[in-house]
Amino acid sequence: MGEDFLLHDIPLVKQATPRPHTPFILQVSVYKLHPFGTMLRRLTSLPVVLFCVVTITFFLIRLSPGGPFDSERKLPPAIEKQLLAKYKLDGSMLGQYTGYLKDLLHGDLRLSTKYRNRSVNEILAQTLPVTLTLGATALLIAVTTGIWLGAFAAARPGTTAEGGALALTLLAISLPSFVLGPILILIFAIKLSWLPVGGWGSPMQLILPAVTLAIPYAAVIARLLHDSLRETLAEDFVRTARAKGLSERAVVYRHALRVAILPVISYLGPLAANLLTGSIVVETIFHIPGAGGFFVNSILNRDGFLLGGVVIVYCVLLVIFNVLVDLSYRLLDRRIRES
Amino acid sequence: MVLCGMILSVLLGPFLFPHAYDLPGEQTYAPPSLVHLCGTDLNGRDLLLRILKGGRISLLVGICGAGISLIIGTSFGLIAGSSNRGVDNSMMRFVDILYSVPRLIFILIFINAFNERLQLAASNHGWDWLVGSSRLVILILSLGIIEWLTMARIVRGQTLTLRERSYVDAARVLGEGYWAILWRHLLPNLAGIILVYLTLSIPSVIIDEAFLSFLGLGVQAPQSSWGSLLAEGASSINPLKGAWWMILFPSLALLTTLLALYSLGDTLRRSISAK
Repeated sequence: MGEDFLLHDIPLVKQATPRPHTPFILQVSVYKLHPFGTMLRRLTSLPVVLFCVVTITFFLIRLSPGGPFDSERKLPPAIEKQLLAKYKLDGSMLGQYTGYLKDLLHGDLRLSTKYRNRSVNEILAQTLPVTLTLGATALLIAVTTGIWLGAFAAARPGTTAEGGALALTLLAISLPSFVLGPILILIFAIKLSWLPVGGWGSPMQLILPAVTLAIPYAAVIARLLHDSLRETLAEDFVRTARAKGLSERAVVYRHALRVAILPVISYLGPLAANLLTGSIVVETIFHIPGAGGFFVNSILNRDGFLLGGVVIVYCVLLVIFNVLVDLSYRLLDRRIRES
Repeated sequence: MVLCGMILSVLLGPFLFPHAYDLPGEQTYAPPSLVHLCGTDLNGRDLLLRILKGGRISLLVGICGAGISLIIGTSFGLIAGSSNRGVDNSMMRFVDILYSVPRLIFILIFINAFNERLQLAASNHGWDWLVGSSRLVILILSLGIIEWLTMARIVRGQTLTLRERSYVDAARVLGEGYWAILWRHLLPNLAGIILVYLTLSIPSVIIDEAFLSFLGLGVQAPQSSWGSLLAEGASSINPLKGAWWMILFPSLALLTTLLALYSLGDTLRRSISAK
C-alpha cells in the first residue's frame, strides 16, 4: 500500500549504455507491426496468471486447519457428511481442486458456507457494484486532484508554493485511510454535520468514503507527475516551444504535460489494486455494504468459496484493467520500444 | 530528531507509569485530563501508556519487516540486474505481475492459514516464547515477503548501470567469479541507495501492519499496535458519544512516525540523486 510513491523513481544515475539508435522510419514500422502481438502475448498470459491465483487461493484456504462447520456444535456424522457433499467438500483434495476448477470454468463460484443457500455469484452481484462505484469515484478524484496538484507544483519551481505542495503530499501519503476516515467523520459528519456518517445509497454518502480512499493516492500521483514534469520541462522540445513565444501555460499544459503524464498512466494499474485493497478498510469505516466487508467476514468465518470468489473476481478485474492501461500507454507513447 | 524521540519514548516510556494504569479502571472513556494525559479507553486503561506499548509492536514490525524485504529485494534485484537479458526480463515481468495483484489480500489468507499451524508446532516443540507471539512472527514474515518489489526494481536498475563500469570488467578479467563480483564490487556500491529505500520501506510496512490490525486480522489482544488502537477508536465514535481522543492520539503517534521516516527517506533520496 504505502510504497507506491517511490515506484517510479527519478533515475539516479543516467543510463550508462545509450539505447541502440533506430532510424525513425524503422521505429514507426516496428510499432505498427508489433502492438497487436504484444497485446496478444499479454492476453495469453492472463489465463496463466488467473490459474496461479486460483490455485494459490484454493490451497491456502483448504490447507488451513479447521473446516467451515467446525465452530458450531458437533453435528451428527450423517448430517455432516450430507453438508460436506452439498458444498462439495468431500473426496480427496485433488478431486476437490479439479472439481472447483471445472465449476469456475462454467462461471459458477459455488455456494457460500456461511450465508446458507446463497451462492457466491449472488452475493458478488449485489456487493461488487457498490465497491466498483466507490473505487471508480476514488480513482477519478485521485487522478484529477493529483494531476492538478502535481502540475501546479512543477510549474512553480523553487517557490514556496512548490515546497508547500510537496510537503502537503508527504503529509497526505503518511495519512492512511484508516486514520483519515475517522478524522473526516469527526469533522464533517459529527462536528459540522454536513455529510452523513456512513451508509450507502445517496450521492452524499459517497463523498466522504471516496475522498478518504482517494487522498493518499492523489498525493502519490502529484509527486509522480511533479518529478516527471520537472524532468520534461528541462528537455529541448520545451525550450523550442518557449522560444516560439508560447505562453508558459501553453508550454506546461499543452506540450510538456502530454509527455510527463506517461508515468502516471503506468501507475494506474497498481493504483487500481491499491484502491480495491484500500476499499476494504473504507467500507468497514463507513459501514458500506460492499464486497470488502464480505471478504473480511469470509476470512473470519472460514467461508472458503466466498473468499475465493472475491479474490478471483478482484484479480480478473485487475488483470483486465492492466491490459487496458497497457494498451492506452502504448497508444499514447509510440516511441516505446517493443520489449 | 523526532524519530529518535519517538523510539526512545516508546522503549522507555512504559516504565514511567504506575502499574495500575495498565489495569482496567473505573473511569471508562474519561476525556484527557492531568491524570490521564490522553484519556482512557473502554476499560479505563490509560491511553498514553497503551499508545507507547503499541508503538513498540508497530516499530518492531516495521523494522523487522523492512529488513526481510531488504534481503529479498536486494538479492532479487542484484541477480536480475546482473543476469542476461532473458532472465532479467522474465524476473522483472514477475515483479510487474505481483505489482498489479492485491498482495495484501493474499497475505491476509496466508496469515490465517499458517498462524494456527505455527502455534501448534511451537507448543509441540515446547518453544514457549513462540506460542504467544506466533501471530506477530507470521505477520512480520509475510509483510517482508510482500514489500520487496520496489527494492528489487531500484536495485536492479542500479545494477544495470554499475555492471558497465570498468572496475567490474577489471575484476572479471582478474578471474573473479560471478558471486564474488556481486558481493565484493556491486553490493558495496549499492549500499547507499539500499539504505535510502530501507528508510522508505519501514513506514510502508508500518502502514500495512496497521491496515491488517485495523481489520482485526493482524496484531490481536492482549498485544496491541497503533493499528488496533485506531480500530478501537474508530468503533467508539458515533453521533452520541464522540470519544475523539481515542482516535486523535493514536493517529498523531502514527502520523508523526510515518512523516518523520518518509521525509528522512525523501531527503536522503534527493541528496543522492543530486550528486
